[in-house]
Amino acid sequence: MACGVGLLGLGLGLYAKQSKALPALALRPPGALPEADFLGACIRCGLCVRDCPYNTLELAKPEAPVATGTPYFTARQVPCEMCDDIPCIKACPTQALDHGLTDINLAKMGVAVLIDHETCLNFLGLRCDVCYRDCPVIDKAITLERVPNERTGRHAMFLPTVHSEFCTGCGKCEKSCVLEEAAIRILPAKLAKGALGSHYRVGWEEQKKAGGSLIDESKMLDLPDRLPEGAVLPGHYDPASGHTAPARGLLGSEAGAIPSLPPGLGGKP
Amino acid sequence: MSEKRIGGEAVAEKGWLRAHQWLLARRLVQFGILGLFLLGPLAGIWVVKGNLNYSLTLGVLPLADPYVALQSLLAGHVPETLGVVGVAIVLVFYGLLGGRVFCSWVCPVNVVTDTAAWLRRRLGIKGSAQLSRQTRYWVLVMTLVGSALSGVVLWELINPVSMLHRGLIFGLGMAWAIVLGIFMFDLFVTSRGWCGRLCPVGAFYSLLGRWSPLRVAAGKRSACNDCMDCFEICPEPQVIRPALKGQDKGVGPVILAPSCTNCGRCIDVCSKDVFAYGLRFNNTVERRVPPPVGDPGR
Repeated sequence: MACGVGLLGLGLGLYAKQSKALPALALRPPGALPEADFLGACIRCGLCVRDCPYNTLELAKPEAPVATGTPYFTARQVPCEMCDDIPCIKACPTQALDHGLTDINLAKMGVAVLIDHETCLNFLGLRCDVCYRDCPVIDKAITLERVPNERTGRHAMFLPTVHSEFCTGCGKCEKSCVLEEAAIRILPAKLAKGALGSHYRVGWEEQKKAGGSLIDESKMLDLPDRLPEGAVLPGHYDPASGHTAPARGLLGSEAGAIPSLPPGLGGKP
Repeated sequence: MSEKRIGGEAVAEKGWLRAHQWLLARRLVQFGILGLFLLGPLAGIWVVKGNLNYSLTLGVLPLADPYVALQSLLAGHVPETLGVVGVAIVLVFYGLLGGRVFCSWVCPVNVVTDTAAWLRRRLGIKGSAQLSRQTRYWVLVMTLVGSALSGVVLWELINPVSMLHRGLIFGLGMAWAIVLGIFMFDLFVTSRGWCGRLCPVGAFYSLLGRWSPLRVAAGKRSACNDCMDCFEICPEPQVIRPALKGQDKGVGPVILAPSCTNCGRCIDVCSKDVFAYGLRFNNTVERRVPPPVGDPGR
């Protein structure tokens, strides 16, 4: 008998380990602890489900790939409406939903990722913009970045670009995506985010912090570029002559120049 | 089929209603509680929110399952104030009324296993696979240790009790299959197998009610005519013998075993009204049947 119970325990333990792997598209309510902690703190009462005014949340049924009885939502079906007073957290009788979270804009339910560049209408050069317009943190969490449309050669593309610092993972973008299958989706931060090596420093930011170059630039050595004889590279500093070739191209661009422009798009030769 | 119906004598003696009074009261309470929980989702009248793991009544009264809270505590998490208050209320309540009052008066699985036991009697199924009644305590220990080791509220991953109750309120899903499994197990494999031998929730509550004042007592045990109906109907028949037959050994008439669920079926089916609810303190051994004056036998 003790053997049988031990085996049952072992099975349950393995099942517990497995249940910590939440499926990517199942999102926890705002303020939810990391999954491993959440499964120890949540007592499966469903009070968060009851107090959500938009019926966003549901409790996992036994057949769902989410730990039985725990609350989750699927952004494509019903996203989080980011209530100011966060009633789901207030209803939680445990710390499974962090009661310290009082500003819904600081919630991190996941991160939106514009995952399919091949079908997103804005990437095709059209002006859909729906995810951008629907984002509760518009112009911070999603911005439209202008880049030249190289297909037409004469238009701009407005690419919806997510900034994870501001994205709460509410899922309104995923819900509102007009495609048959959403091109933008909320993913767990673990899947969506890379991480710089802890020793990495981004040079230009360090420079900004220090208020100037961190090294003595006068001692910098700029090796001569090999160019075909007589060729001129705009904006190029030639240490041999000490001259810089005149720049052309976009004003204010950090690079200072683009090598060639399509005919008829300005850009004096 | 057995020729003799259990409780038949009691029905003949006391009438059907009195021979089923505690059963009816219990079903009324069980379905009443479930009805209160369902009033919100079905009719939009929110008296109680939540489920048996934790609920909030009328926005003020928190009730929390101490067994789930204990697993969560061992996993390293302390509930919020309302949760702690809810646990305290439930601890006191079942500490006084008997822990397994939860099993027989509240738990929805009880209806399932009682039905299985009833059908088992009606069909005359005798075979029953051996499974110790202590198994549930081992399962209880396993879930507590397992919660501490895994950091997960372990039994809630598969707990059929909360699955059924939550399912009825929030959407059943495949939980019906698990409940059907328990029904079949009790019916064909082991008599009173789930509630009486395996369920760690019941084991926890039996320990919680270890010292509860409210108990069933065989106060008029001298009137017992050995019809055995109480043993037949009782979900935990081993608890009856010491109280009913212990007079000669100097054992009091109160059923002290913590696994007694205080369901009161023994009171119902006894035609001699041997049993009644009482307090554990009234447990003095009666003197031997009124000693007739000048009894030569003693």
